[in-house]
Amino acid sequence: MTRPVPDLDLDRAWDLHPQVSVRPEPFGALLYHFGTRKLSFLKDRRLLEVVRSLGEAPTAREACSRAGVPAADLPRFGAALGALAGSSMLVERTP
Amino acid sequence: MTLAPQNPAQRSGTRLVDLFEYGLDAPICLTWELTYACNLSCAHCLSSSGRRDPRELSTEECKAVIDELEAMQVFYVNIGGGEPTVRPDFWELLDYATAHHVGVKFSTNGVRITPEVAERLAANDYVDVQISLDGATPEVNDAVRGPGSYDTAIRAMRNLRDAGMKNFKLSVVCTRHNIPQMDAFKAIADEYGAQLRLTRLRPSGRGADVWDELHPRQEQQRELYDWLVAHGDSVLTGDSFFHLSAYGKALPGLNLCGAGRVVCLIDPVGDVFACPFAIHDEFLAGNIRQPGGFARVWRESDLFRNLREPQTGGACASCGFYDTCKGGCMAAKFFTGLPLDGPDPECVQGHGETLLARRPEDRAGIPKPSADHSHRTSPPRRRPVPVTLMTSRPERPPVSACEENPLAGLRLT
Repeated sequence: MTRPVPDLDLDRAWDLHPQVSVRPEPFGALLYHFGTRKLSFLKDRRLLEVVRSLGEAPTAREACSRAGVPAADLPRFGAALGALAGSSMLVERTP
Repeated sequence: MTLAPQNPAQRSGTRLVDLFEYGLDAPICLTWELTYACNLSCAHCLSSSGRRDPRELSTEECKAVIDELEAMQVFYVNIGGGEPTVRPDFWELLDYATAHHVGVKFSTNGVRITPEVAERLAANDYVDVQISLDGATPEVNDAVRGPGSYDTAIRAMRNLRDAGMKNFKLSVVCTRHNIPQMDAFKAIADEYGAQLRLTRLRPSGRGADVWDELHPRQEQQRELYDWLVAHGDSVLTGDSFFHLSAYGKALPGLNLCGAGRVVCLIDPVGDVFACPFAIHDEFLAGNIRQPGGFARVWRESDLFRNLREPQTGGACASCGFYDTCKGGCMAAKFFTGLPLDGPDPECVQGHGETLLARRPEDRAGIPKPSADHSHRTSPPRRRPVPVTLMTSRPERPPVSACEENPLAGLRLT
């Protein structure tokens, strides 16, 4: 179920919420937030790469580029990251 | 929530639920029953609990299981029993699990949830509590869960609320007596700042003895479905009513039987079963005390591998609703004696009812749970006890097998 959420600002720095645990799976990954007790699924391995590199990258855009996301796919990845931020899986951080 | 960038190159039809049918590297969550000991004797107990089993896992063995779950990244465990809090090491194990990044949600009848315990629970973000209550009034609840159990549960919820615990769960097993009380349950949950969780009555454990008289009637299934649709995400169901999705719109959740694919059960003696409702040798995958422990059972057991194979649907394959209900609950079929590849006993199309009506009067041939830890004394089991009435006294007392007298049983005429 995807809810309409605003895209995340790709030019800011983001990170996984400290209470979120990531478990890779053959289809992508499972994310579990211990605070909200919500489970999310990443159905794409590249999205997993992006999520994992967010904390190290100066911006979300840079994290996408490091994971090899082509520019044409950026809007889709921005929307997916926006949904994650909307459910508190991602938090903004000061770079 | 599913997050998938729409990728045109991706095969169509790879819904998450389809991927889950092939199983995961580790369960998403699992049920772990810590003890068969319980202060209550609920008529429908799915694990036939009551007395502790002498073979139950020791504290050290439990900690080793937690270490393994941490390594497998199992996010959280649903701890139950029996009544898990009667284990003297329960709080120690709870702290150990949460310190090792394994979240704990535990089910309790509330007997040990004192104000002090409630404070402690409210302070730990990695703990969730589930209070069991099967009637919104003492009459309806205590008839199933035993005298005083309603008051115990309410006291526990009050203590949790007063300690500032937010969003704990009020867990209800739906029966024909409490289906009319759904709004009242919701009101109780709201009053104590809890979230309502409804689950299905299964004919498992002692539940098999009372299922015929307690399971919701056909028209109540519809009532429940409508109520669930109206309340959506605000009421949890543990995905237990996916068979009702055949009424129309799918209910929130994965709508799939997760047995051996995304869930499983570890019982108090370390046996691993496909699901909490299937404590029977037929669904036994292995034991965590075997070499390789739990991970090996989860990844390599023949039973789990079979469950992860595509299922055929059998008699249901031609039904237009098979794609939504997937044939229903395996355990419900098994313990009512219905074929596993046929309809659920509570099939909304009525196909289960037809088969149920054909069961023999004495229920001969229907599988029984593999273990029974029920209290030997009270309350009496709610099922007929076969007795032979004789019109005259026997001529002589029966001879015990231990009788030492060489002339015992000798009949001189």
